[in-house]
Parts: sequence; structure tokens; C-alpha cells
Amino acid sequence: MNLLAHLPALQIVVPLVGAPICALLFNPRLAQPFAVLVSLVTFAISIALLNQVLAEGEVVYRMGGWEPPWGIVYVVDPLNALLLCLVSGMAAIVMPAVRLGIGSETTERSRRLFLTLALLALTGMLGIVITGDAFNLYVFLEISSLSSYALIATGTDRRAAAAAFNYLVQGTVGATFILIGIGLLYMMTGTLNMADLGERVVDLRHTAPIQAALAFILVGAAVKAALFPAHAWMPNAYTYAPSMVSAFFGATATKVGAYIMIRFIFTVFGAEWVFGDMMVGWVLVPLGIAAAFAGSLVAIWQTDLKRMLAYSSVAQVGYISAAIGLGNKDGLIAAIVHVFNHGLMKGALFMVMACVILRMGRADISSFRGLGRRMPVTMGCFVVAGLSMIGVPLTVGFVSKWYLILGAVEAGMWPVAVLVVMSSLLAVVYIWRVVEVAYFAPPPDTARVREAPALLLVPTLLLTVLCVAFGVATDTTVGVASYAVSFLMGEP
Amino acid sequence: MTEALVFFMAHANTWAATALLCVGLWVIMVRGNLFKKVIGLNIFQTGVFLFYISMGYVRGGTAPIVVDDPDAVYSNPLPHVLILTAIVVSVATTSLALALIVRIRESYGTTEEDDVIAADEP
Amino acid sequence: MNEHLIVRVVTKMLVPFVLLFAIYVQMHGDFGPGGGFQAGVIFATGFIVYGLVFGIERLIKALPLRILLFGISGGLLLYAGVGIASLFAGGTYLDYGVLDSHDPVHGQHLGILLVELGVGITVASVMTAIFITFAERWHR
Repeated sequence: MNLLAHLPALQIVVPLVGAPICALLFNPRLAQPFAVLVSLVTFAISIALLNQVLAEGEVVYRMGGWEPPWGIVYVVDPLNALLLCLVSGMAAIVMPAVRLGIGSETTERSRRLFLTLALLALTGMLGIVITGDAFNLYVFLEISSLSSYALIATGTDRRAAAAAFNYLVQGTVGATFILIGIGLLYMMTGTLNMADLGERVVDLRHTAPIQAALAFILVGAAVKAALFPAHAWMPNAYTYAPSMVSAFFGATATKVGAYIMIRFIFTVFGAEWVFGDMMVGWVLVPLGIAAAFAGSLVAIWQTDLKRMLAYSSVAQVGYISAAIGLGNKDGLIAAIVHVFNHGLMKGALFMVMACVILRMGRADISSFRGLGRRMPVTMGCFVVAGLSMIGVPLTVGFVSKWYLILGAVEAGMWPVAVLVVMSSLLAVVYIWRVVEVAYFAPPPDTARVREAPALLLVPTLLLTVLCVAFGVATDTTVGVASYAVSFLMGEP
Repeated sequence: MTEALVFFMAHANTWAATALLCVGLWVIMVRGNLFKKVIGLNIFQTGVFLFYISMGYVRGGTAPIVVDDPDAVYSNPLPHVLILTAIVVSVATTSLALALIVRIRESYGTTEEDDVIAADEP
Repeated sequence: MNEHLIVRVVTKMLVPFVLLFAIYVQMHGDFGPGGGFQAGVIFATGFIVYGLVFGIERLIKALPLRILLFGISGGLLLYAGVGIASLFAGGTYLDYGVLDSHDPVHGQHLGILLVELGVGITVASVMTAIFITFAERWHR
């Protein structure tokens, strides 16, 4: 059996088989190292797939040996490969810290089930990204969504269950909208394979069901991506979830929603029609800019810092959607690069919150007083990741904003470029608030607080270093993104 | 008058599915009781199932199980399989929602959304 | 509980037939409506009606949650395992044809049977586990 030929299948099978084995382990103490092992293997497979795609082009894997369009195919193109690396990379980085981050409130038995859920969520998100079949995408979407509802409800705050319930209702409505869209597409074309749909939709664009399908799918994906105004579930869900869960999902779940939008717009419906006749750009860009302003403004007034980060995520998803809506090459490069970069930045920031919560008990702005001296490495990571959120040069945030502004200027939308810069200045305000309290306020007279333990600190440091590394050596991410864009926009 | 009737009956399945979708969404949005929201979610998803399965029907077709008649016309089996998966997803979502409601009831003592929100007001 | 005598006697007589019908539905998925999910639900119904009539403690004594956890994970592992067996036999993942080296059609038959069995086991365990989890909480 040639392992390399079966990598796309193994990408899903490894975490999928890892989850029930993790639930069945006789010794509950083995669950944590086993989950770490599974996520590392998954990440290795993603890297191998990325190498394969960069060397050979698109990788197509026929499930069950059936030819498309009769069978389900997994298609790995550069966009997929980059997102696979992001999702499995975040899982591999966050998983070792779960034991500390979840803390002593959970028993070992429930920690075993927690890790099972985490592996299932990983499977779901990887499946959404790698599949080339529309209904298969819905199935994996529901797998990842159900696991995330359950994981968010494990938070110790009693509001976690209510937040998870709201997320469940809104998320299920969104996913069912995507299902309706897929049904309308199937009704008109008779196929579920994305590439085949792309070919058959071309003749049917004037019919009402195809236009309705576009609307349903975009709205459903917007709910999943937390694009303003469908973002209402996100602040509560990420605030009351355990910090590890927020770190993992904040970096990946909404990005996967943005991926669904990109995939359906470019591969299934065709970009010229979507941005031309359907004028979707005129919806996405204003909503995106509104999200950027609204999210950043609300973030400034928050005292609970996890909620501040959640609203900041709303703003960042706004940037991604505006970048998609621009409809040109630079805009799409900005969107793909920002999907990757924001995963790194938000992951680092939520991990900082996890460190602070472990040591101080809360992530209020008051618990950050004087933290600059007592937890220097943690606060250093916060400052660097915060600078990246603002978009300072030499960090990853700058790269995405740069391409976004380039794309806006190229599309002739000067006001958009100006608005992007202005909303980045708002980010300065909410980052500076925390930095000021941490470094310039006297610490309260509580007991001495030590630096965060290594198990939590190393992932935080790693993500922060990557924020800077990919900001300096931009060729990797931008190169892959440009390659992906050439695939999506149909240039051979 | 007859054209209106024909227009309605020719797409009766779509009208029924749309009615269920709208009723389900209305219940989710308007009703404050958490149980009723779950029921609204179920009605909404049932509308989708009805829509899918009814579009798979081939006029004059039998159930999609192979019989010996070489001229047999079968209904499309693919929507049936898709909806089976979607029903399983709906069942799992409903049971997870009910488990969350049990949790909320234990923490807050109520299953009315307004009371839950009011209980968290500072 | 003597006032529910008729219900108890009828349930005791019916439960074996319900379980038998579930196995019938499981095996006849090729030839009629049936298959894993439907059979799993019917199988769980047998146990649930037993739990409703005779009390949740007797059901938990018959089917402790640990066995149900084995069922849930085991069914999923059976499904994924069939796919991995296809990988080892030389085909792509979940290619049932290569499971039998002499006759691809028989391989398809075997593959689908095992996969549906996995689904049936998982669904039956999940449904019963959901019922037990809710019922014993209320009982406490």
C-alpha cells in the first residue's frame, strides 16, 4: 500500500479513527498523549499534502474507487492545502496544552470525552476543507458544528450552556440554508460534485433556482463565518467557552466558513457571474467594512478581554469578506492570506488569555494590572500579537492589510482602502488599553504571580513567533495564496 | 381561476415545503421558550426534507428497488439517501439541544429565554 | 405496579419480536427499505420501551452505559475499519470491490453489509444512551 497515494483519505481517517479509540482507552491518563499524537500525525499529513500540491498541482482522490461525478472525490488544490495546514497546525499546537488549560474542574473521564470531541471537531473541519462534493461538505460541516456546540458548553460559567444553545440554533439554521442551496443546485443540475456543478451551472444562470441557491448558500456560509450581521452567536460562544476551545475554534471555525464562501463562489458558481450580474461584491464589501468598524468599536468598550477578542474577530472576518467581495486577484490573495494569518494571531491572543486565566482566575482588564512585570513573556506575546492585529509592518497582519488595500485600489474603491486604515487605527485603541494597564498600572497587592507554565507558554510563544516569521518571510504564504488564486480564477 | 389552481397544484410540494420553512423560522424567532425553539428548528428541517424528497419523484416511478421488469421506471434514490443523512443530523442536533436545555434548567431554574437573559443582567 | 399488568405482560412478549424485526430490517437493506439507521432505531426502541415500562434501573442493569460507549465507538471503528481494510487490499479508501479478490460484486455485498452493521450498532447504542442519560437524570 503506497501511503503517499492515499494521503487525502488518511487526512480524514486518522482523526476520525482516533476519536473513538480515544473514547475507549482503558487508562484515562493516556487520552491526552494519544490526542496529541493523533494531531501531530494529522499535521504531518497536511504538510505532506501541501508539498504534493506545490510539486504536482491538484491532487484528486477517488473515494471508493468511483469516478466523479458518480462518486465522492477529495480534491486538494493550493487553497485547500493551506487551510488543511492551518487547521491541523492549530490543533497540533493547542492540543498539548489542553490538560492545563481545562484545569482541575474536569475529571479525567470527562477529559477523555472532551478530547474525543476535539478530535471529531478536527475531523469535521478537515473534511469541509478537503472534500470536492457539495453534500459531503454539509455532512462534515454538521460534524464539526455539533462537536463545537458540545465543546463550548463544557465551559464552567453557567452562561456557557445558554451561549452554546444560541450557537446551536443559529448555526443549525445556517447549515440548513446551505443544505437548501445544495438541494436547489442538485435539482437543476443533477450532480453534487463541485467541479461538475461548476460546468453545468454555466448554462443555467438565468434560472431562479440557481440564483436562489447562491443566496441561500452565501447566507448560510455567512452565519458560519460570523459575518456581520449574522455574527450574534460568536461573542457569547467564545467568551464563555474554555480558553483552549476559544483558541482552537477562534482560529479555525470562522475561517472554514469563509472557505465555504470562497469555494462556492469561485468553483461552483463562477466568479464573473457572481460579482457581475449578481453584484455580490456590492453586498460583501459594505457588510465587511461595517463589520470591521462595528466589531472594533464594540471591542473598545469591553472589560472582559475574551469578549473583546471575539468582537475583534468579527472585525477581522469583515476584512476577509470585504477582500472576497472585491473580486480581483489581489483581493482574493488578501482574503486567503488573512484567513491563514488571522488564525495565527487570534490563536496566540486566546492562548495568552488561557495563561492569564490559569494564573489570575479571570481575564478581566483589572486582572491585567501590572502583569507586564509579573508575566513578562506572556505580555510580550500579547504585545506582538496585538501589533499584528493592528497591522504593523514586519508582522503578518500587515501583509494581509497591504494586499487588501492593493485590491481595493485596483478595483477603484478608494473609500474602502481609507476605511480599512481607519478601522485598523481603532484596533490600536483596544490593544493599547490592555498594554497600558499591564505595563503602567501598579499591580494589586495579591500574592506573587508566577509566569505561566511551560506547557501553556510554549504554544503561545510558538504562535507569536510564527506571527512575526510569516510577516517577514512573506513568500511562503503569499506564494501559496497566489498559486491558489490562479487555480480558483481558472488560469492554467 | 383555473390557471391559478394549476399553478398552485403543479408545485404543491414546493408550496408545502415553503410553508413549513416559514413556520419553522417564525417559531424559532418569535417563541421565547427554549423547547419551542427546538420544535421550530425541527419543523424548519422537516420542510427541507419534504422539499428534497418530493423533487426526487419521477412521474410513474416505483420505489427505487430493483425488480425483474426491464422497463421499470424508478424514482431517484439519491435524494432519499441524502435526506436519511440529514434526518440523522437533525436527530443528533435535537438531542444535543435538549441536553443543553436540561443544563440550562439546572443552572437557571427556568426554560424561558427572557428569564435566562434577565438572570444574567448585572 | 400491578395496575399496569397488561402493559407489562404485553411488553415482555413484544420486546424480543421488536429486536428480531430490527435485525431483519438491518439485513434486508439491499432488497427493501431498511439498512443501518432504521434498524438501529428499531433496536433501540425495543430497549426504550422496556425501560419505560419496567423502570430505568432495570434497563441500566441490563445495559450499563459502559457497554453502550463500546457500541458507539465500536460501530464507528467497524465502519472506518472496512475502509482501512480496503486500503490494505490495494484499492482506495472504502473501495468494497477489492475486499473479495475473486468477485468484485461479492466484495461490494460484503462491504456494504459490514458498513451497515457498523452504522446499526452505533445508532442503536446512541439512541439508547440518549434515553438512559435523560431518564436517569430525572429519576435522580
